[in-house]
Amino acid sequence: MKPVAGYVPYPPRAFRTRVSTYWWLTSWPYLRFILREFSSVFVAWFVVLTLWQIASLIRGPAAYAGFLEWLRSPFLVALNAVSFLFVVFHAVTWFNLAPKAMAIRMGGKRAPALLITAPNYVAWLAVSAALAWIVLGE
Amino acid sequence: MADQIALEVTRYHPERDREPGLQTYEVPLRPEWVVLDALNYVKDKVDGSLSFRWSCRMGICGSCGMMVNGEPKLTCAAFLSDYAPGPIRVEPLKHFAVIRDLIVDITDFLHKLSKAKPWLIRKEEKPLAEGEYLQTPEQLDTFKQFSMCINCLLCYAACPVYGMDPLFSGPAAIALAQRYNMDSRDQGSGERLDILSHSDGIWGCTFVGECTKVCPKNVDPAGAIQQYKLTAAKEWVKSLLLPWGAK
Amino acid sequence: MSKRSNEPLLWLLFSAGGVVAALAIPVHLFLFGLAFPLGWIKSPSYESLMALIRHPLAAPYLLVVCSLPLFHWAHRFRYTLFDGLQIKHLNELINTFCYGGAILGTMLAAYLVWTIP
Repeated sequence: MKPVAGYVPYPPRAFRTRVSTYWWLTSWPYLRFILREFSSVFVAWFVVLTLWQIASLIRGPAAYAGFLEWLRSPFLVALNAVSFLFVVFHAVTWFNLAPKAMAIRMGGKRAPALLITAPNYVAWLAVSAALAWIVLGE
Repeated sequence: MADQIALEVTRYHPERDREPGLQTYEVPLRPEWVVLDALNYVKDKVDGSLSFRWSCRMGICGSCGMMVNGEPKLTCAAFLSDYAPGPIRVEPLKHFAVIRDLIVDITDFLHKLSKAKPWLIRKEEKPLAEGEYLQTPEQLDTFKQFSMCINCLLCYAACPVYGMDPLFSGPAAIALAQRYNMDSRDQGSGERLDILSHSDGIWGCTFVGECTKVCPKNVDPAGAIQQYKLTAAKEWVKSLLLPWGAK
Repeated sequence: MSKRSNEPLLWLLFSAGGVVAALAIPVHLFLFGLAFPLGWIKSPSYESLMALIRHPLAAPYLLVVCSLPLFHWAHRFRYTLFDGLQIKHLNELINTFCYGGAILGTMLAAYLVWTIP
């Protein structure tokens, strides 16, 4: 076998397809992934909304009443409805995936994922109930 | 069931083609045949110039990975009858450069795999007189799943990040690094972390999870990578609080 | 021996923000974004809300709920821009926008919480 004179790390004219900008539309799992990532935008929107709310509360009852009026406008209601769906989507996907990062072992065997996921949902319910009680109870 | 099925196979001759194209072959639709059998039928009886990699034909060597109808599959495990009435599109593995027909250049993966140092690293070797390194079944169980990897690269074809980021290490390389990190006989996790804990190592992973879905050996590379991220984060905190105790 | 990057810190902030966002934001958004404005549940009065945010624990709670989710957004959105739109070559701009935005939001939250009468 004749030795190759100069080694080329990649074969000449090996064909490379460039990944399309719309790769995430090519399959449902990819789209679901991008929607999951996009939910972070609505998380950020919630923070903006809350900061606005705190600022209006500080400025006094009139300012806060104006803020509430703004919240009732159809555009805001629609935006917050969509945000709510995305934030719930974030929560559900988060609780389902978080156990993967922790290889909890019990009695020598890998704990079933449900054992770590279920307490997350319980905590979610508990925190939500506590917060609702605090806000509504005063 | 019909007795023939159409196979649309990518053909690419680097010396004369500008880009790959599809060529259709009619193959017998035998109930026990897999796509690999159909490809070998084409090569034996129809068109001897068709080139593709294969070896064990039983799902353990990892050579025959290709895109079947747009999904990364081992062609020795994809039954023709599952795709009837067809046609079945057989293309080279995504995210790799095509050398010819269905053969891809996996040099990049091999380079990234060796960066992950997939071998036992010891700071000090035990003297021979002390015997073997002993390991309990529980210790084996911590990493056994990740050791099942056959380097078939289906996970790389499924990973969108690998497709777009030339520096990302990829699922199998990181899963194998984790396999050795978790091995009780290994003392090299610090060395591997130095190399992998970079934005072009493990941090490019955004947990899409497709790698785990397509893995034919249930290695769960996505899980391995998330575990590795947690380990790297813990080590980072430790190095912040105890800067003298380098692992 | 290459120096290990500081990505772990950003990932830890992302994770913490993700947990806070998952646990607390849904109920907050449901109450203040939908239930109260649409009248499904009677909205608490201005005075009761002011009493709530004046509570000593309200300040750290509000700070956590307004800061960590922003860092969660910053990290996740940064990678969405890298992968979704494939504009990783603009990474200096994107990193500044994302993490800078999170830091600015945190500072704003701290300022607002501090000025609660």
